[in-house]
Amino acid sequence: MILKGKAWKFGDDISTDLICPGRYFHLRSNLPELAKHVLEDADAEFAKKMAEGDVVVAGKNFGCGSSREHAPTIMKLAGVSVVLAKSFARIFYRNGINVGLPLLECDTDKIDEGDELEVDLSLGRIVNRSKGIELAARPLPQAMINILNDGGLVPHIKKYGDFKVD
Amino acid sequence: MGAMGKTIAERIIGEHAAREVSAGDLVIASVDVAAVQDGTGPLAVDQIRKLGFEKVHDPANSILFIDHAAPSPRKELSNSHMKLREFATKTGAVLSEVGEGIIHQRLVESWVSPGDIVIGADSHSCTSGALGAFATGMGSTDVAIGMVLGRTWFRVPETFLIEVNGTLPPGVYSKDLILHIIGMLRADGATYKALEFVGDTIQEFSVDSRLVLCNMAVEAGAKTGICEADDKTRAFLKETGRGKKFKPITSDQSANFERVVKIDASKLEPLLAFPHTVDNVKPVSEGKGVKVDQVFIGTCTNGRLEDLRVAAHILKGKERHRATRLVICPASRDIYREAMKEGLLEVFMEAGAALMAPGCGPCVGVHEGVLGDGEICVSTANRNFKGRMGNPEAFVYLSSPATAAYSALKGEIADPREVFR
Repeated sequence: MILKGKAWKFGDDISTDLICPGRYFHLRSNLPELAKHVLEDADAEFAKKMAEGDVVVAGKNFGCGSSREHAPTIMKLAGVSVVLAKSFARIFYRNGINVGLPLLECDTDKIDEGDELEVDLSLGRIVNRSKGIELAARPLPQAMINILNDGGLVPHIKKYGDFKVD
Repeated sequence: MGAMGKTIAERIIGEHAAREVSAGDLVIASVDVAAVQDGTGPLAVDQIRKLGFEKVHDPANSILFIDHAAPSPRKELSNSHMKLREFATKTGAVLSEVGEGIIHQRLVESWVSPGDIVIGADSHSCTSGALGAFATGMGSTDVAIGMVLGRTWFRVPETFLIEVNGTLPPGVYSKDLILHIIGMLRADGATYKALEFVGDTIQEFSVDSRLVLCNMAVEAGAKTGICEADDKTRAFLKETGRGKKFKPITSDQSANFERVVKIDASKLEPLLAFPHTVDNVKPVSEGKGVKVDQVFIGTCTNGRLEDLRVAAHILKGKERHRATRLVICPASRDIYREAMKEGLLEVFMEAGAALMAPGCGPCVGVHEGVLGDGEICVSTANRNFKGRMGNPEAFVYLSSPATAAYSALKGEIADPREVFR
């Protein structure tokens, strides 16, 4: 599967509080409404500016902090096709894959805001069309590729009745 | 080839995977305790329903905690609480009600034993590692599936050995030690790793102090924080009515540690995490004189009896600065009751504090002390991210209970060592 979209750039240590602010705690039972506030405390206008299929591009430790799975869930709901970062915080990484939001680690210094990107998930290959360069991504562990290919952890468990780690 | 020495993390995961494991292995392991809270539990319940499961694997060790928005400030949250209650009734899972306390404190008081694997849908689930367990935070779906299957998958983490020796100076506490460690490792310095805390300082620490260290392991990105299970652990389990659950836990001498960090506790001073990241750690002297609108003492980091005693020692017979609100929230009902018996609550009332029901209080920005625009809070919590206490225009400094209490008296950030001179 090849994903195409425009890059929106964020810095280091984007916490799940910035992605899904605690003041909207009461909207966790209304995910479409919560998704209107995605990344609001990192960029107040992001939800309005972005288009379906766009790519979130960040520095290191993306998704640090709270385990709230609502953070990757509303990114996916808002239409983010893939998240590229120098590194991900552990719980967010696992949550992202579990909800079917693709994540790849790469050198995001080679991407600027507005760049047109193409991401081939199965090959772990990222092409920056605007700069005419190709970026290598760190491959996902096999357990995670299995879950992502099934569309997330719930469909994965439905299919196998258990985790398939190899 | 002889068996290689194991770290605590490798040993516990191996015992639950029924085979020898080493760092880097991907394994399926059984789970002893699975927990969610009211921010993550409703989604976990939805996922379990989506999968068509009607039972949980081990009801007595599947616990739903209502602590983040307790008592509920909004009807939407009240409805989410109803979903948790209904699920508990249907499956026999345990419900920890409004007022019983915070997930991580309640877990160590009543459920977690040395050698257990604990998964919680809350990032600070690493707290339970202070009893010599392997405890880690995950998302709602992972914990939901762990709760119904009784197992989950792990990548076995490498371990950083954090060796702390020496005695903390007066006015310096385990909170200052863990802030020092996070400032050194940085927010992602231990991503995917286990932090194992050893050394004579840790041996001398109470379980309350050890819980502070393990609670904040995740703030350096770690998968878990772990302390050895020793005589202090044994005494704690006995006090909480689970003396028979004790077993000693240590790493093997020949275990392979990815990194060893040595710290001299006698050289430490009171520290602050400045806004808006936990690794933005500086000496309290650099914050001295910053006017404080609200002080918050509580949370799964520092809402325990030991913390309340320190705060009461500083506040006794005095009143908060008139421009500084003081919010105090014991971490559990047992702690609240003990604090009442010891007369600590009276000290707080006399000092002008607002006492909250046991729970997360204002830490997550839901209720009980949301900050105004431009306001500054000194908090004993574990996070100071922008927006954390309900307002992205506010500023949160993290400190020990001593620094927080003394700052409440002064109306500005102040060095608690002045009290002990």
